[in-house]
Amino acid sequence: MGKFKKSKSGGQPAINTASLPDIVFMLLFFFMVSTTMKEVDMKVLVSPAQATELVKLERKELVTFIYVGIPLRAFQSLYGTEPRIQLNDQFATVKDIQSYIAQSRDNMRESDQAKMIVSIKADKESPMGVITDIKQALRKAAALKINYSANQVAQ
Amino acid sequence: MNAGSMADIAFLLLIFFLVTTTMDSDTGLARTLPPIVPVDQEPPPPIKDRNVFRVLLNSQNQLLVGGELMDISDLKEAAKEFIENPEHKDDLPEFKEEEVSLLGVVEISKGVVSLQSDRQTEYQAYLMVQNELAAAYNELRQALSRKKFAKNYVDLEDEERKAVREVYPQRISEAEPKNVGGK
Repeated sequence: MGKFKKSKSGGQPAINTASLPDIVFMLLFFFMVSTTMKEVDMKVLVSPAQATELVKLERKELVTFIYVGIPLRAFQSLYGTEPRIQLNDQFATVKDIQSYIAQSRDNMRESDQAKMIVSIKADKESPMGVITDIKQALRKAAALKINYSANQVAQ
Repeated sequence: MNAGSMADIAFLLLIFFLVTTTMDSDTGLARTLPPIVPVDQEPPPPIKDRNVFRVLLNSQNQLLVGGELMDISDLKEAAKEFIENPEHKDDLPEFKEEEVSLLGVVEISKGVVSLQSDRQTEYQAYLMVQNELAAAYNELRQALSRKKFAKNYVDLEDEERKAVREVYPQRISEAEPKNVGGK
């Protein structure tokens, strides 16, 4: 039958690469779905605290982050070595938190605004004084659902 | 149409996503802050001493529970005993009987955990205390849901979970921090 041609003698036949785009697309979609873009450039050093009773932050669009830690070396001449607060891409003080919360709340869908979660990502060695000030500011801003960011304790 | 360049384009996108991707998912301890109390509101009635589980954390990250120095590893058991009060001791919290849907009339502890930290306390130490307290509540809830529903707490239906939560409500109150060891 003519359907199966005998391969020509001599010389390797070229591998069919027609399915290559499909495979690559599959990988591409996987990474597109599983990806979370880095939203901010870290300006403070945060080595996460550890805990066991952890909850996952499921819906990223509900979460607003507040970072606390010692400024990275490049910023230490300007901002010192005391733990500082970072909101978005900037150093901030406790006073800025309320407007920051109000702003990120405005950016959310109206139906989601009540479910807003503020995640406090603090360096494990930062003193509670800063954290408490943040908590007070959050109470004033009526952002009561918070999440102390932590990693699973390594076994 | 020539689709030969499709693979190249897809590769380019793929590499872009590979580089920008961060796989880590965010985890943490979920907590709810108390709302701000209006100034003109009357202060709540005082709570009996036996109903309060006082946890103090000083600037040296030392733990004082009910007036005694305690290691963090013992906190969970102590908290569990306080909340549960299995032998109805006089110096542990009282109970109130209440009707809970699905479970009938249950004795609910009136115990409140009070947590106070210093401004110089390390965040990690504070978080460990929060963690141990949460663990105590989680274990009690888990035990109850195994006993009553023969299921793990995480697998309960919404209504069942609500009932279990009503029996063991998480009552952790945080006092304003002191500044003793500070500058």
